[in-house]
Amino acid sequence: MTAMVDIRSVHKNFGSLEVLRGIDLEVSTGEVAVVLGPSGSGKSTLLRTINHLEKVDSGWISVAGSLVGYRRRNDKLYELRERDILKQRTRIGFVFQNFNLFPHLTVLENIIEAPVSALRRPRKQAVESAERLLARVGLEDKASAYPRQLSGGQQQRVAIARALALEPELLLFDEPTSALDPELVGEVLDVIKDLADQGTTMIVVTHEIGFAREVADTVVFMDEGRIVEQGTPTEVLDHPRHERTKAFLSKVL
Amino acid sequence: MSLTSDPPTKEAPERAAPEDYSALKVVPVRNPWRWVAVAATAVLVAQFAHGLITNPGWEWEVFADFFATETILKAVWITLQLTFYGTALGFALGIVLAFMRLSRSPFLKSVAFTYIWAFRSIPLIVQLLFWFNLTYLYKKLDFGIPFGPGFFSFDTAGLVGAMSAAVLGLALHQAAYAAEIVRGGVLAVDTGQLEAAAALGIPRLRQLRRIVLPQAMRSILPNAANEVISLFKGTSIVSVMAIGELFYQTQVIYGRNGRVVPLLMVATVWYIILTTLLSIAQYYVERHFSRGATR
Repeated sequence: MTAMVDIRSVHKNFGSLEVLRGIDLEVSTGEVAVVLGPSGSGKSTLLRTINHLEKVDSGWISVAGSLVGYRRRNDKLYELRERDILKQRTRIGFVFQNFNLFPHLTVLENIIEAPVSALRRPRKQAVESAERLLARVGLEDKASAYPRQLSGGQQQRVAIARALALEPELLLFDEPTSALDPELVGEVLDVIKDLADQGTTMIVVTHEIGFAREVADTVVFMDEGRIVEQGTPTEVLDHPRHERTKAFLSKVL
Repeated sequence: MSLTSDPPTKEAPERAAPEDYSALKVVPVRNPWRWVAVAATAVLVAQFAHGLITNPGWEWEVFADFFATETILKAVWITLQLTFYGTALGFALGIVLAFMRLSRSPFLKSVAFTYIWAFRSIPLIVQLLFWFNLTYLYKKLDFGIPFGPGFFSFDTAGLVGAMSAAVLGLALHQAAYAAEIVRGGVLAVDTGQLEAAAALGIPRLRQLRRIVLPQAMRSILPNAANEVISLFKGTSIVSVMAIGELFYQTQVIYGRNGRVVPLLMVATVWYIILTTLLSIAQYYVERHFSRGATR
């Protein structure tokens, strides 16, 4: 298997606070990596560096063979213009904790916005594929609703459909169920599980240990800006080797 | 609730059957002082209305004679033109200034900041007189403000200079306020919206036009409507430059015939009518931009 995501010695500071202190991670095509860790461990920041919402201070990240945010020519790295970064991002789907749907646009308009404006798809074709995606997340009857008329779980499913509309090679989920009422978590996780079963490459930051056990190929445990350990769900969740992992799991399980 | 469907237990004390209140008459709370206040206010309103009708000083027949004369209608048209160009150019420049202040370039930021500082500091009337005299000094200065053919057919070439100066002054003054209103509106948009748009790879201009501005409009509009209405009434200030707008023309007429009060009423009623129309327009524009919102 080839590496879809390749992260090499990534460092990131917010002022004097070191958020990422040398991250190395590889995610293969078709792999589902679940990132666990306590609050402030840097897992969301790591996810955001992968589509360049955060710029790294040192190290590099490549997605599907191309460097994120830079172009390499001989022995120099040239920073990309914003336009090129935006183009790179269309290959990476990102799902936010707070959904961030556009409240003034209908569900359908939310989904077709990026395909029409960023990929220049014909509107008719974008609408057809949006309708297919809505059916896939079980919301085919909500196309003309506004986000505020939907429950949190429905909004997050729309957000997933919106990310899928760009047909990304990689999907990033930033705590997709943390803002949801407990009874709505299942419907969103089911959609993500379904995507995983179809071989979508994804990195999921979450607190849902059960979900990690069921869906993950790799579980990554982060603490204080470093990857403490990584391995199969059985290795990390059932037989953790590090004290930090054990302490974390004993609190959340 | 499950409790209500539980079978009654033997131990429970027998409760008296609830009384049936539905047959009783409901007596609402009485507010005698409210009625006293209503009566007192009604007397004052009646006195005022009576005065409006019977006081010969209002000279309603003079008001009726002048209300829709050609001179006044033309003056209303000039007032509307001043408002329209002042608003359009003011907000166009204001939007540019707002995004300069929001940009990451320290140079653009400080230029916009200085502009806003300067034009908010200078009284409009001082600025207008300054521009009026500048065009007087530099007759060839061309500001390229598009005036419709209807305007040229009415005014002499000499007045075009004054009119340009007035529009320029109003617009530059308005731009400083518009910039802050637009900037406030853009800042009110949740940063998550920008992140989502960026994560989806939506092109930068499209992000602004499709995602940011429509949401910013909701907080921009009430303030902008205030500004348009205050500019509309503020056009009366250009009467100092002898431009034939509504207030100037009424002054000219009562200067000739001495009927001050009815002519001030002519101007007043026109200002009220047009402000009302602007407020109605505001309602519909705001409704358009509140799509998908719950309040």
